[in-house]
Amino acid sequence: MVRLTESHLRIAPLSRIEGHAALDIYLDDAGNVADARMSVMSLRGFESFIQGRPAEELPRIVTRICGICPWHHHLASTKAVETAMGVTPPPTAVKLRELCQMLATIPDKILHFYFLAAPDFVLGPDAPAAQRNVVGLAGANPDLARRAVKMRYGMQMALERFTGKAIHPVAVLVGGFSKPLLEEERRALLANVAEAKQFALDSMALARETLLPPFIKQFQDMGEYASGYLGTVDANDNVQLYDGDLCLMDNTGVRTRFAPKDYLTHIAEETAEWTWLKFPYMKKAGGLKLEGQNPLGLYRTNALARVNVAQGFATPLAQKELDIFRKEFGRPVHLVCLYHWARLMELVYCCERAEELLHDPEITGREVRLASIAPKAGEGIGHVEAPRGTLVYHIRTDDAGMVTMANIIPGTTHNNAGMNLSMKMAAQKLIRHGECSEEILNKVEMCLRAYDP
Amino acid sequence: MTTLAGESLNSCAGCEVALLNLGETLLDLLPQIQIVHLPVLVDNKYYGQLGQSSRLTLPKAVVGLVSGGIRNTEHLELLHAMREQVDVLVALGTCAATGGLPALANLTPEKSITEFAFTQAPSLAVQGPNAPMPQPKNTSIPEILPQCLPLSAHVKVDMVIPGCPPHPEWIAEGILSLLEGRPAAFPSRSVCSSCPTWRKGTPGNGSEGNRPVRRMLEQPSYDPEAPLSSMQCLLEQGFMCLGPVTLAGCGGRTGSPKCIAARTPCRGCQGPALSSSIPSVEYVAALTAAGINGATMPDKPGYISRFNAACDALLQLRESTRA
Repeated sequence: MVRLTESHLRIAPLSRIEGHAALDIYLDDAGNVADARMSVMSLRGFESFIQGRPAEELPRIVTRICGICPWHHHLASTKAVETAMGVTPPPTAVKLRELCQMLATIPDKILHFYFLAAPDFVLGPDAPAAQRNVVGLAGANPDLARRAVKMRYGMQMALERFTGKAIHPVAVLVGGFSKPLLEEERRALLANVAEAKQFALDSMALARETLLPPFIKQFQDMGEYASGYLGTVDANDNVQLYDGDLCLMDNTGVRTRFAPKDYLTHIAEETAEWTWLKFPYMKKAGGLKLEGQNPLGLYRTNALARVNVAQGFATPLAQKELDIFRKEFGRPVHLVCLYHWARLMELVYCCERAEELLHDPEITGREVRLASIAPKAGEGIGHVEAPRGTLVYHIRTDDAGMVTMANIIPGTTHNNAGMNLSMKMAAQKLIRHGECSEEILNKVEMCLRAYDP
Repeated sequence: MTTLAGESLNSCAGCEVALLNLGETLLDLLPQIQIVHLPVLVDNKYYGQLGQSSRLTLPKAVVGLVSGGIRNTEHLELLHAMREQVDVLVALGTCAATGGLPALANLTPEKSITEFAFTQAPSLAVQGPNAPMPQPKNTSIPEILPQCLPLSAHVKVDMVIPGCPPHPEWIAEGILSLLEGRPAAFPSRSVCSSCPTWRKGTPGNGSEGNRPVRRMLEQPSYDPEAPLSSMQCLLEQGFMCLGPVTLAGCGGRTGSPKCIAARTPCRGCQGPALSSSIPSVEYVAALTAAGINGATMPDKPGYISRFNAACDALLQLRESTRA
């Protein structure tokens, strides 16, 4: 423990996350935490500068919002443009898109769990900062690290062989998909997915049996709160990632299903002076408070939220894992470290769903795109579940099919309030009487990493 | 052991994912490199590990990899700190090299960006002039600068690794050339030079010379069972393809251009083929040569300068005359 000399701590950059953020911790006279705030540092202005661009170019521009989940921006924006232009892509194209979403989500989850989060669990929150990373992980467990590196890489390359470009993809086009899946490509992808599924199951078992259990109590001691949850469900109330109704569960477990086009009825955004990121909240609560065990208006997204709002998974192995999870933790689950557990269940689901799609006779259909689309004025709301949470695109076009308005709510934005409160609670529990340590501050960051922002 | 520091500025982390896409090559490189700073993977902090320092500090390193352009005051502070602490400053990817796609924001006044996000967006609880806005002056968030610019607009850059994101082979080439103390061999020709599609050549008659630009609301013609070499050049098919003015190499040393492999046209993400040229002028010449009337192009800046808005001399001229 170190005796702090300053009343303001600035933890920057928050690390092993994908975005740019800092945590400011303010101490009172007794050396306890009066407040803690996570500031997101930049605003790039995509919503503004995509105005005036041809709507069909949107899916090729917004990929640059996130180089880790470009496919999800690619997909959600395409869906919004198609709604605005009143077109429906052929069924094979829809299946190819969902397949690509699964193939892109698999390496994303491996990246987050092994490269960003696992160093804390394998090496310990108190490992020296210089070692507490994927290089340290490779030193401590070279076989595991090499397997994770190979599996993530293998799936990225499989996706690239089929679609041309894995980072900042171009294959999804307004009106369909740019190329059909050939039989030999289908067989190659099946082999990749079978390998990934085995790795997903092994990762799930490793996390469930070894890596996460020792940390459950530690996270409980860092604070836990009830909140709302947002996710997407299919007609049978199962987790869906590509399409379906949104489902918002409130702090008391009451669920409301609604079409994505009605998002403005259920969600509103607040702003704050100290961060460039907005704060969505449940509109029916009438406002948002970043405090307490039952914070007003606060809801969360991403993997844990999705398994909270859904009844189950539509695939057998993911459902089996969910049964174990529910038996142990119930529903809804609020503990932040269980985001990791839920994320790995989704990894299993993505592999199983990719297999299902690859076995669908329609997946190799030749009709993948509408021949020609007339630009037109309209309004469209499109969404997908991105690894970091529900991703909403809302656009308007003019007669020439140019974008006149774009409103985007990415997963990490939905989780802004949740991340802030989790870190504030942890800082308040752990930093007492002016004493702190690097381990404590890393534990506060572990609460953030669970959200995979 | 060579020390390496990395920073991501006005960026999307795609360059860092491309670095990981070295796959096992990265694991083999790791014993030769010590990463002293790289926020996406490593826990080094600017204000000390306990956050008690009031001054931003970066560790010394031999190589500094910076992705992203410069859009706010924190980016600028980090860039200068990086320049001071590293021997070789590498601009990783198109955003660092030219400002990249996010520099499309330069076509929009910076005030309208914050106004849309914080006073006009339809999901805001409070809209209009009374909506509370982020206050960089009173808090610790950075101020947005008027323009998104490449690193070289602010400091000396020693190496540029092109691409959005760069192909892992070029990242490896950049790093290995520094480790081995030799010049890096990066691509220098245009995308067309490595494009396998076939070309008919100059159309030669007046009627063909006036075809309108086709938007990607139409289908290019190709046989999915046949190789890329049996597809006609997408520019000749009438689609906007920036291949003629874009640097080659997005597919690595031997691969086809990636967007062409997906049967879609190039949008210029690797950056201009010739740094001395004005791509928007050269491109109109390329369209004419393909028999296409450039005047029918919707949204000229958004197509021709999609990855180059911060550096396109013609755009800047137009902006300055407008102001």
